[in-house]
Amino acid sequence: MKHLLSTQDLSLDEIVALLETADHMAEINSRAVAKVPALRGRTVASVFFEDSTRTRLSFESAAKRLSADTMTFSASTSSVNKGESLRDTIETLSAMGVDAFVVRHKSSGVPLAITQWTNASVINAGDGWHQHPTQALLDAYTITRSFGEKESMNGRSVAIVGDIKHSRVARSNIDLFTRLGAQVVLVAPPTLLPDDVDSLGVSTCSSIDDVVGSVDVLYMLRMQRERMDSELIPSLGEYSARFALTSQRAQQLSTHSLLMHPGPMNRGVEMVVDPSELPGSRILQQVANGISVRMAVLFTILGGGATATLQQGADS
Amino acid sequence: MSLAELPPTEILGPEDVARAIKRIAHEIIERNDDLSRVVIVGMQTGGTWIAEQLCACIENISGGISLVLGAVDISMYRDDFSIRPVVLSAPTNIPVDLTERKVVLVDDVLFTGRTVRAALEALNDHGRPRAVQLAVMVDRGHRELPIRPDYVGKNIPTHPSDEVSVGPNGVFVTAKEVLA
Repeated sequence: MKHLLSTQDLSLDEIVALLETADHMAEINSRAVAKVPALRGRTVASVFFEDSTRTRLSFESAAKRLSADTMTFSASTSSVNKGESLRDTIETLSAMGVDAFVVRHKSSGVPLAITQWTNASVINAGDGWHQHPTQALLDAYTITRSFGEKESMNGRSVAIVGDIKHSRVARSNIDLFTRLGAQVVLVAPPTLLPDDVDSLGVSTCSSIDDVVGSVDVLYMLRMQRERMDSELIPSLGEYSARFALTSQRAQQLSTHSLLMHPGPMNRGVEMVVDPSELPGSRILQQVANGISVRMAVLFTILGGGATATLQQGADS
Repeated sequence: MSLAELPPTEILGPEDVARAIKRIAHEIIERNDDLSRVVIVGMQTGGTWIAEQLCACIENISGGISLVLGAVDISMYRDDFSIRPVVLSAPTNIPVDLTERKVVLVDDVLFTGRTVRAALEALNDHGRPRAVQLAVMVDRGHRELPIRPDYVGKNIPTHPSDEVSVGPNGVFVTAKEVLA
């Protein structure tokens, strides 16, 4: 594996292998000294043209726990402000010796474009409305490990609630979850459903009350406040009334059901309940698993997992 | 130049392997006064079954002392990522802090010593052992590092290109003949 740009680039076998590798990383993360020398001498540059807390820090922790060197680039404090182009920025960083770029950008397709300008690996950490593959992997990891069946989500039902249309998280998760065998139902007002919803292999529903009592996983998305301005929803209050998770609704979740959220949460908008009070909440577990899964991605790409095919020495 | 494989030669049979494990168990008991402080650690994946049998054997002989059994995966500690694909085996499982413990590291074949070097580094992340001893079923020579075993099932002179396979059903060497 050279790049990770989209969940769709991954075969089912590769997905299962990445999740298994993440189990190894979780074991490392549980140690007193959570660090191994696996990627010593490799350099990972995180290049973020859009704000991020958990994804950027998660990738940096992942790289450091594998002993890679890290460089951080944020557009807001860089020469982008002096008018340096994206391509020049990437070529400059490449010249400093980068083995992998972790890229976030508000425009879809930027990570793919970057692969044309560098020999380094490129990992998509979120591009526009397009994809956020490591989020989908960590969510699939969280769900499969919670339910104990490691290689599939067969028979599991997952409701994704919120602004599906503008969500790269939803797009990546729908692809990964359905391919792992889950039944996905999208819960959103019609204005916030993607145009190609019929071809995604999912069902839809227009109120959280119809699904909350029956699903195995309730996956809440952040309601982006800026959507209000574009008149896709009448008001945040009205949205909350039909789509927010309240404590009454949370009580209807079955005892084995999981509550998930990719963060950051908008308390009082889609989350009108404190998730720390709900035993099914996996929200912080998602964050912890994010490091293991990103370690697995970095290790698979930079550790020579699938690419190194040079000489094979004898064992031991 | 092409390589033609000859059929494997049996060096040890199943009974020989079982006997070697029993002998090594006795040697471990002889060399370690306080068995309750000993941790047997098998190297994933070839050494784990030997470690399990050694552990059971020692507990059997010593009459009820229970030993700590662990497993270590060294794929994250290799020094040759650039020249060979990484295959993750089963995960590491070290159930205790190794500080001040005596560790018996167990593998099937000792060859270049690089795997053992990586395992020593891996063990270090789980504490600072009092001592580390090395038990192997087969020492086939051709060391590339200053590493020697404390307990050996069988010394087998080999050609570097030979393949050695070890299992409960015996030890086999497959010679690779070089044809012009």
